[in-house]
Amino acid sequence: MIKVNIHITLKEGVLDPQGKAIEGSLNTLGYQGVEDVRVGKFIEMTFSDSEQVTEQVEQMCQKLLANPVIENYSYTIEEGVVQ
Amino acid sequence: MLQTLEVSPETIEKEKHYREMGLSDQEYQSIVRILGRRPNFTETGIFSVMWSEHCSYKTSKPLLRKFPTEGQQVIQGPGEGAGIVDIGDGQAVAFKIESHNHPSAVEPYQGAATGVGGIIRDIFSMGARPIASLNSLRFGPLTTGRVKYLFDEVIHGIAGYGNCVGVPTVGGEIQFDACYEGNPLVNAMCVGLIDQKDIQKGIAAGLGNTVLYVGSKTGRDGIHGATFASEDLTEDSESKRSNVQVGDPFMEKLLIEACLEAIKSDALVGMQDMGAAGLTSSASEMASKAGMGMEMNLDLIPQREANMTAYEMMLSESQERMLLVVEKGREQEITSIFEKYQLEAVAVGQVTDDKQFRLLHQGKVVCDIPVDSLAEDAPVYNKPSQVPAYYEKFQAMPVYYPKVTNHGEVLEQLLAQPTIASKEYVYDQYDSMVQANTVVAPGSDAAVVRIRGYDKAIAITTDCNARYIYLDPEVGGKIAVAEAARNIVASGAQPLALTDGLNFGNPDKPENFWQMEKSVEGMAAASLALNTPVISGNVSLYNESNGQSIFPTPIVGMVGLHQSTKDITTSHFKEAGDVIILIGETQPEFGGSELQNLLENQYYGQAPSIDLAIEQKHQTQLLSAIQKGLVKSAHDLSEGGLAVALAESLFSTKQLGADVQLTGDATTLLFSESQSRFLITVASADKERVLTEIEDAVSIGTVTETADLKITINDNMIISKPVTVLESRWKGAILCLLKSKV
Amino acid sequence: MKFAVIVFPGSNCDRDMYYAAKDALGAEAEFVWYQNSSLEGYDAILLPGGFSYGDYLRCGAIASTSEIVKSLHREADRGTPILGVCNGFQILLESGLLPGALLRNKALKFLCHHENLVVRNNQTLFTSEYEKGQMISIPIAHGEGNYFCDPTTLAQLKANNQIVFTYQNNPNGSVEDIAGIVNEKGNVLGMMPHPERATEAILGSEDGLNLFKSMLVNWRESYVTNA
Repeated sequence: MIKVNIHITLKEGVLDPQGKAIEGSLNTLGYQGVEDVRVGKFIEMTFSDSEQVTEQVEQMCQKLLANPVIENYSYTIEEGVVQ
Repeated sequence: MLQTLEVSPETIEKEKHYREMGLSDQEYQSIVRILGRRPNFTETGIFSVMWSEHCSYKTSKPLLRKFPTEGQQVIQGPGEGAGIVDIGDGQAVAFKIESHNHPSAVEPYQGAATGVGGIIRDIFSMGARPIASLNSLRFGPLTTGRVKYLFDEVIHGIAGYGNCVGVPTVGGEIQFDACYEGNPLVNAMCVGLIDQKDIQKGIAAGLGNTVLYVGSKTGRDGIHGATFASEDLTEDSESKRSNVQVGDPFMEKLLIEACLEAIKSDALVGMQDMGAAGLTSSASEMASKAGMGMEMNLDLIPQREANMTAYEMMLSESQERMLLVVEKGREQEITSIFEKYQLEAVAVGQVTDDKQFRLLHQGKVVCDIPVDSLAEDAPVYNKPSQVPAYYEKFQAMPVYYPKVTNHGEVLEQLLAQPTIASKEYVYDQYDSMVQANTVVAPGSDAAVVRIRGYDKAIAITTDCNARYIYLDPEVGGKIAVAEAARNIVASGAQPLALTDGLNFGNPDKPENFWQMEKSVEGMAAASLALNTPVISGNVSLYNESNGQSIFPTPIVGMVGLHQSTKDITTSHFKEAGDVIILIGETQPEFGGSELQNLLENQYYGQAPSIDLAIEQKHQTQLLSAIQKGLVKSAHDLSEGGLAVALAESLFSTKQLGADVQLTGDATTLLFSESQSRFLITVASADKERVLTEIEDAVSIGTVTETADLKITINDNMIISKPVTVLESRWKGAILCLLKSKV
Repeated sequence: MKFAVIVFPGSNCDRDMYYAAKDALGAEAEFVWYQNSSLEGYDAILLPGGFSYGDYLRCGAIASTSEIVKSLHREADRGTPILGVCNGFQILLESGLLPGALLRNKALKFLCHHENLVVRNNQTLFTSEYEKGQMISIPIAHGEGNYFCDPTTLAQLKANNQIVFTYQNNPNGSVEDIAGIVNEKGNVLGMMPHPERATEAILGSEDGLNLFKSMLVNWRESYVTNA
């Protein structure tokens, strides 16, 4: 079993009102040190053992999972995961 | 594999496990009598949910019988998923209101969202296309972080679900009082449009016909926690813990389209939504109503989680599921419709003729009970009732009369009271226009939705002033129905029928039961007098926190018909020079008023009085004047009285004002909440005619070109305020409260 | 003139679009289920609003992978007028038929009310019946209508006169108050506000009707020219 974790975040320079709202809230709660909160997505998936996982994940991110106009993505691939 | 060791029938009896499921000793004994043996774990669970208040109305049934349910306009009264009334041209509207109070108190977003989803399913399960949603909400004062959170998340949940399914949220009301602080009320109403020939019932007729399970898979959602004592389970109890019900509006949208396509097929015999008590209630009720039995193989139920027990599957309240009965041999005709929408449609059983409700799981019979016993043998209780001490005290009090010195300032304060203030912050978040039929959007007396293809429309409102009902349940109950009808009439429509959302405290307290009894009697009397029968409804009991019951809050959802779209009338003043007319008498009645709330921060004394004959006369005469085209605006007088109604009629009019002259006691004239009153405007040429046609109508002033509200009483200028000043207080109040730091 | 109204799972303004084309405009209209692969035989294509696939992942993202979007690209190349409203606009962006993306509204809340739009470009297939600079009242109803694009794209949009509608009072934080844009060729319009909800006086505004009329008028002219 191969486990893939994909992180999708908004690009630098794209306004993230949700992040701003959370930042404001955290500051109100007393976490004054918090700055620049950005909200993203986390997608996890498993592959039954398969070839070319990296290439496939890369394509998925480009074609569907992330929108290159506003989002960046990164991923980690863990092999041999037991469910 | 995980394996559940459910307790044996003997242990259930010996250790009284049935009590944890909500059954009394007496109820358990009648189940043993019915079966001629002890029920097993699954069967005990099934009885417990079917005999719960929610499904059996065991406490409220004796009260509900008091409601008039018949009328020429009624096609379907209480008993089905929703009631149905005739709107002419072979068309009808189906509607119902339902509460989701307790789930919303725990998880406000999902609680409110699934409330909306559930009531929409009740409507399309009748075969009707949902055309409008409303909601009636009650919260504590917007002064604590918790209440603000509940308020925001409930609205967010309603919007999140309603906007996605494409049913416009066209109205409702929101009120704030301390009694709802720990127990908010979330009542959702839905209205659907149907051709009378397509009306669908939830029946499982026809021996051998196939039972089809449709929609989302079944998970462990909403199985009430009290039923499981952890020692009854052999594996970790974590995996068995009930989950919060989560709504999937996208799935619901697909279900709506697929089910409305399915009703066009004569292969469909019956259809019912899996609402409260899920598979148990839908399956057993469908069989019972058809005079048949049903057998299902639970191994075939689509399951979202592994190793679900029969008990869990039967009691799950997973959302977006429907049960269909389809003619044997024609299953493919129906399943292909669901396949088009990529929905699961699985044959799970068949209709039998032995009137038994039989369930198989992993090769064993896990339930075999007479199906009628679930619906028909449920106990009915006549709870003791007792006049509360507070009521006798209030009745004996001298009439409450408030001291007001600066009427202009008090008007501003009243406009900023959250119950009166603009709810634009809320309504802006609802898609009120999808389907492109919304003529009058949220914020008016009643919402108006036109019927496409015809020159007619329907008016819809929800109403309930629980303060009056608390002070005097019978009078308050009458007022709730009368005010709903007044809103419908003010919009230019004929009231047709109502649905009731009865929210009360713990009925085991005799004082609470008395409140229920009296308010229902009051509502029944008004329904009869105004010819608005009760065609559907919902009962929610045990609404209390910290031992404190909510005010009795029986919400009225009412629907009316505009015979022509020309009759549609809104509350805003239309043109300078028009004459302002007040219909109805004003007495010093301030018990339960918004002014009492503002000045005393509590409610006491007597509720405003109401004479149903006068109410009916005012409504009939006003409607007739509207239908003759004589009325340019109409607004009912409610919280805050005449002054608030005048101000509201000027908001969003673009630069109109009013010049009003009155004679008498200023506080009473301006702020009393006397009933059966309307504020209307007419063209000056029509003034005399209107004053002749409507009794108890007096001309009180004119609409002006300068945007000021000027009120003169006994020749003294009592109020003179720019409309913009009043409007900004009214508009900004709720946002201001939400933003203020706790 | 015959309109296609594409229906995706979760579309919910499909019927509104259909009635706008059929009843308010008096043209022919048909629903086309998203699994159909062909869009042949239609004179214009409408992508309605709603929540295709529940807005899961990103609004319009999953719909943009469907088979019918390939035909949509073919029709766009061929010059067929394509109008995407609300979720339809989101799908056009996700499909790459229009540049940019839509983010959550600045105040993070769904917004539904009438907004005043300014017609910036009346030289398109969709706006020729409006005056340049005309103010029109059209409802909005969206949670993610905050138009975003990078400065280069924005410069291109301006240079090519692709900004068709702007908000008078920007409700959602869109770059340059953008409410609707066309592609370079001028035959694909995407906009957040709902013209189909403003085609009858009883609904509060008829200002959206001229958009559909423009499509009809321009189709007639092209028909005459080509005949």
